[in-house]
Amino acid sequence: MIDWGAIFSNAAVELISPTTAAYALAALGLAVHFGYTGLLNFGQAGFMAIGAYGYAISTLTFGFPVWAAVLMGIGASVVFALILGVPTLRLRADYLAIVTIAAAEIVRLLFTTNTFEPVTGSANGLSGYKGGFAALNPIPEGTYGFGPFENNAYDWWIRIVAWVLVILFSLFTWQIMRSPWGRVIKGIREDEDAVRALGKNVYSYKMQSLILGGVFGTIAGMIFILPRAVVPSNYQTSLTFFIYAILLLGGAATILGPIIGSMIFWVLLSFFSGFIARAVEAGWLPFMTSIQAGQLRFILVGVAIMLIVVFRPQGIFGNKKELSFVK
Amino acid sequence: MKLTGTAKKFSPRMLVIFLGALVSVLMMSTFATPPAHADEVGTDQYDFVFAGNVQFNGKPLEGVLITVTGGGIEQEVKTGADGKWRAGVPDKSEYTITLDEETLPKGVVVAKGGSVLKAEFGLTSVKSVNFFLGEGTRTTVSFVDQFINRFFNGLNFGLLLALAAIGLSLIFGTTGLSNFAHAEMITFGALMTLAFSTNVGLPVWLAMIVAIALSAGLGWGLDAAIWKPLRRRGVGLIQLMIVSIGLSLALRYVFQYFAGGDTYQLPGAGLADLRFGPILLSPIDMVSMGISVVVLLAVAYFLLRTRIGKATRAVSDNPSLASASGIDVDRVIRIVWVLGAALAGLSGILWAYFRPGVSWSMGFQMLLLVFAAVTLGGLGTAFGALVGSIIVGLFVELSTLWLPSDMKYVGALVVLILVLLLRPQGILGRKERIG
Repeated sequence: MIDWGAIFSNAAVELISPTTAAYALAALGLAVHFGYTGLLNFGQAGFMAIGAYGYAISTLTFGFPVWAAVLMGIGASVVFALILGVPTLRLRADYLAIVTIAAAEIVRLLFTTNTFEPVTGSANGLSGYKGGFAALNPIPEGTYGFGPFENNAYDWWIRIVAWVLVILFSLFTWQIMRSPWGRVIKGIREDEDAVRALGKNVYSYKMQSLILGGVFGTIAGMIFILPRAVVPSNYQTSLTFFIYAILLLGGAATILGPIIGSMIFWVLLSFFSGFIARAVEAGWLPFMTSIQAGQLRFILVGVAIMLIVVFRPQGIFGNKKELSFVK
Repeated sequence: MKLTGTAKKFSPRMLVIFLGALVSVLMMSTFATPPAHADEVGTDQYDFVFAGNVQFNGKPLEGVLITVTGGGIEQEVKTGADGKWRAGVPDKSEYTITLDEETLPKGVVVAKGGSVLKAEFGLTSVKSVNFFLGEGTRTTVSFVDQFINRFFNGLNFGLLLALAAIGLSLIFGTTGLSNFAHAEMITFGALMTLAFSTNVGLPVWLAMIVAIALSAGLGWGLDAAIWKPLRRRGVGLIQLMIVSIGLSLALRYVFQYFAGGDTYQLPGAGLADLRFGPILLSPIDMVSMGISVVVLLAVAYFLLRTRIGKATRAVSDNPSLASASGIDVDRVIRIVWVLGAALAGLSGILWAYFRPGVSWSMGFQMLLLVFAAVTLGGLGTAFGALVGSIIVGLFVELSTLWLPSDMKYVGALVVLILVLLLRPQGILGRKERIG
């Protein structure tokens, strides 16, 4: 019958997987944009793509060391944020939404096109950039851990770096949101004109927030590619929507929300798809093929987004007073 | 007619290909050693297989060279006597599949979609890749001729884009919602046409009418089941937008659940192009443009001349004032949803012929261009959406004169960002709208 052990253990793997960490950090970036500043950024996938390609291209094409490749990626994402922000931050919120989603698609199409194939690898993407990061690994060869959390030295190294980064950036965000800067940012979310009346340069603050959240997304993009290859089709608009689902699940204007949201999202997703796939195999759902079973979880994500935003827009940890987007 | 055409032009080269194929078939049967180009390459070596059938007017074409590149490998395969080919590849990444037009018989070219296709496996391990062949000659066309030809293609695309964009714009105007699920309303029209023509067996025109009626029904249903209750609850605009994103995601995978990941063709897709001076248009392109123009004129008449149309514009302008003047705002919004969904469904059918192909994610591929068109024209203005669509359509097609064709959507999206920089309210928008 159904192998419950395997389902639970596969789901538990996701709890601390680097992918979960990457989504958590990307969602933290969105929390800065959307939750704290009220900016509707629908281009987080673009920031992640820039991080991934910035790191991979710097390493492969220019032969940069790890620190320089990371700085290149961050630099590129700052430029990207400036390009997005200059035309749209003075306009109404939905313009930023349309421009960011368009810009993220432009980025993906530029990485997909055959024109830049020698550098970007076009649709096949890039691989073979992990050497520098693996060389920094202080953990001796071997396998560590227990049960579902048993990994080799490289995999532990990715997990440790990823989660340390997530925790550091979360602490950083927590601190700056309590600082005077954070109060201005939250003020902009609540009432832009009031903040402007106090003599603050709202445009500049919004731009800083866009850059900060974008850099989080970029670093998330770098974490995301450490256990896999860079493939342009990973950076479709649905990636941004999944990150929104995580953010809304955890709570838009919270620090813990993105982290716990990402863990819940991935564990549930893995559990659900594992369960459905095995239930189909076991013949419990005779009207469904195993391919259809794989799509069911995305339908569920979509429905979950709708239900959360209508019935619990503050998410698990959020406070309803902190939500300017709920009237 | 076309069959006799090719038969008459039976050239010595064709004969050579035919003889060559015959020899290779003989060799295969006698020696059982695969020649350099078999019609199956790497299929027992690898798990994932691209397969196709190269046919022209129902006749299989033999010896057409197909190259599959990607994932670090390159596979060359020639079609067999039945026109079929199969190429195995090691993994599921995206591949580029090229049909060597030089190996096609004389007078046959790749008519639509180009001779270079990108293909990706869905959840199955076999993916069929088909090229659309048509009658024509491979000649280098002068720049002006290319420009004129692209211009008409762009106009065609712009007009079908406008059908979707006007609906999106009307919905935005009356409810303030940026409806991301519009993409799925586009896909729905095409999928229903496919279902009722290919699966049920209705004639294609009837299938289209049924599909548009069902699309209108979908619009009605969505408003009744989701949007009206949410309006009643007083849910904020950004929340509504996120709900539409969730809805879009859910519907898209519902479509994939039922239709699968493949691309299907509607009956009559891939008809040969007719030549009018420099302009190459298939009969379907012409009918498509005709339908678009007629429907757009009808919508314009509806908005400008009928009572409900005027009420729609009044609600779009100021819902509270419209409500105070005795207009039933909820009824107007319901009509706008039905109209918008029907237009989106029609647009999806025409888009299925233009691309060509019906797939579960086709609407989403077009959605950003629709948004670009609506924003270009000015959010919430119906006629702005029309102007914006035609500009986007022309831009997408004309940009292929300079840009590689896999970057044609980039140009349109860049223009969107530039317009926002210079004229944020859009071409026909009023300044007060940008807030």
